[in-house]
Amino acid sequence: MCQDPTRRALILTALATGACLASPQSSIAEEDSPGSNERPQKADVLVFAEGDHAGEVIKPQDLKTGGPPVRAWPKDPKTSVVRKGSRLNEVLVVRLDPAELDEETRSRAAGGIVAYSAICVHTGCPITAWVKAAGGDKDVFKCVCHNSEFDPRQSAQVVFGPAPRRLPALPLAADDGPLTVAATFVGKVGAQQAR
Amino acid sequence: MALKQWLLSGLLASTCLVSIAAAGPIENYSPVTAERLKNPEPGNWMHYRRTYDGQGYSPLDQINTSNVKNLVPVWTFSTGVVEGHEAPPIINNGVMFVATPMGQVIALNAKTGDEYWRYKRQLPDDLFQLHPTNRGVGLWEDKLYLATTDDHLVALDAKTGKVVWDTKVQDYKKGQYLTLMPLVVDGKVIVGGSGGELGVRGYVVAFDANTGKELWRTFTIPGTGEPGNETWKGDDWKTGGGSAWMTGNYDPDTKTVYWGTGNAAPWPGDTHPGDNLYTSSVLALDPDSGKMKTYFQYHQNDSWDWDEVDAPMLVDLQRDGRTIKSLIHPGRNAIFWILERKPDSIKYVAGWPFVHTDVWKGIEPESGKPIVDPARKPVIGKRVEFCPSLWGGKDWPSAAYSQKTGLVYVPANENFCGGFTGEKVPLVAGQLWLGTKPEDIGLTPRPGATHFGELQAWDPATGKKAWSHNFPKSHLFGSVTATAGDLILVGGTNDRMFRAFHAKTGELLWEQKTNSGIMGMPIAYEVDGTQYIAVQSGWGVDAQRIQDALVGKVPGLENNVPQGGVVWVFAVRK
Repeated sequence: MCQDPTRRALILTALATGACLASPQSSIAEEDSPGSNERPQKADVLVFAEGDHAGEVIKPQDLKTGGPPVRAWPKDPKTSVVRKGSRLNEVLVVRLDPAELDEETRSRAAGGIVAYSAICVHTGCPITAWVKAAGGDKDVFKCVCHNSEFDPRQSAQVVFGPAPRRLPALPLAADDGPLTVAATFVGKVGAQQAR
Repeated sequence: MALKQWLLSGLLASTCLVSIAAAGPIENYSPVTAERLKNPEPGNWMHYRRTYDGQGYSPLDQINTSNVKNLVPVWTFSTGVVEGHEAPPIINNGVMFVATPMGQVIALNAKTGDEYWRYKRQLPDDLFQLHPTNRGVGLWEDKLYLATTDDHLVALDAKTGKVVWDTKVQDYKKGQYLTLMPLVVDGKVIVGGSGGELGVRGYVVAFDANTGKELWRTFTIPGTGEPGNETWKGDDWKTGGGSAWMTGNYDPDTKTVYWGTGNAAPWPGDTHPGDNLYTSSVLALDPDSGKMKTYFQYHQNDSWDWDEVDAPMLVDLQRDGRTIKSLIHPGRNAIFWILERKPDSIKYVAGWPFVHTDVWKGIEPESGKPIVDPARKPVIGKRVEFCPSLWGGKDWPSAAYSQKTGLVYVPANENFCGGFTGEKVPLVAGQLWLGTKPEDIGLTPRPGATHFGELQAWDPATGKKAWSHNFPKSHLFGSVTATAGDLILVGGTNDRMFRAFHAKTGELLWEQKTNSGIMGMPIAYEVDGTQYIAVQSGWGVDAQRIQDALVGKVPGLENNVPQGGVVWVFAVRK
């Protein structure tokens, strides 16, 4: 079967992320560092979560317009602590055509670059796919656990599946340098639990 | 404050947080004894399938083929929870306990629907719920037992819903979770773990019902030096799957628990060469020690994600001129199994395909080992298609056996094939480990298929199909219940219907549209001389997954199945 290269890239990225999580003592020690469990803070930078550049700070020019998204962790630039102590801190960063973004999304974007929580708000599964939407021809985030889809051009609103609400956005900024976090998550990160 | 006092204070405080009393507590609760569990009163439903033998049969006949047309809802109760509601309402002398996704238990007056109390588990924010569901609560004395998706076993006071004890079973961050209804045998609470898609080593474990202390734990995959370990290569056994995520059945006469086990991990068979004992098997366990008495493996070197976790029914079967103490299991691997349970062995008696399959070329007559077509076996680096799909001929929803008709009623799925491309994937604790990309999993209707879901009635004595009812636009994903009123009760379709069929003829006698789709198990019970039928409606999990996979492939498929759980209770209009 023919593989969509962008989709494949994101999946591989996701797997590699996991590999980082699972590895060794240095990572464990880092996850125990003060601040590693805290949610992303204003002025944090974003670092690649996996791949050849894992741990390196993400710059706008590292991202190709149209995706695929990269998985990232926030990092405190003062302490150098990567905030990967909680899986709820993982984010998806994708560069899109700014003209495709709605006004609210554009207000949180750095150019066309937007970031969202990588944890599905339905039951907490990781979002691992970048695929054509079930009801359209544009690529969207997909949680393969229960098939929820989110459009990153419209504040990651739900376009398919059982997810009850949009993915929390992480506002970004980029002033001739690396991507930085402009504000805390917009909305509750993680799954909806009992209602 | 002494440490012990501090811990007790903490426990009480958390109890207040999670147990919400409405009209409770329950007055005059009937304690559950070993004798009552062994011989449950006809009006009660205290086991997953009502009785230890797992037949899913109610001896109540007040509601029957002549009056079922007058069946009407008498009360409903909205759980307020979304996702798949898969649990049978549990009934103990007028009290109903309902378990829902997200770790809730609701105690209701079974006659009126009034709420006594509700327990709400406070699940961790970072929990990864691949299968957000729960299949029911076990009962013992004045307590009940809930297995949770954050991998705890919780004992609740049946009268108040307050936590009596809470034991961590394993670590949810490592992909371990629980969705099954606990099996209670002589003061032991027995559960098995989920996580076959996350690289776990399966197990069945027993706890003391009064204290929560672990009594024994039997791994479904043998470790180094244990019998069966030779069927694994290298360290594959450490992460080989074999999860045991459905309630077992029990033979009190021989003191033997029969427990089903799941697929080998990851999916492609060439990633774990060997027969891979004891995955995709039924295990015979001593409930006192956990010692494995014997086993039967339904298929070797599982490569298709075919869990065989639905425990076989225990039936005294008249076949070939003798009474066979049988185990009956319509398998996810598409084979309808008749086995004979003996003290030290499980013998193959007969097996036949009950839906279309292209994987098996036959069954070895002596061993019962199925013969695989290698072209239909998934491997690394190649797209392989096979029938039935990875959801199998029948997934976890249970079949039923009627003691009146002698027939077995199977919620089957016909004409579904599927496939995937095997891929080497590194294992990361707590993350999906399938051996393929999840979005690469295919589900394909067979060309010319006229239907998908199929309620089947089989005669296990002859191997002949007595009747079937086909569903042209839906799969069938719900457990079946049989009653002495010659009724077969089942939901499971995407049109939100709950149905009653004539057990002998298959005639559709009654149907009622509900709020959502029904994945839950129907039950029959009696209070103050009136018989009721109850079921939870609440679509989600794999029923939803299959439906999503079919969108665009089946013209006219109903895809608008709203989620949200409701307990429906019916009686005959007087």
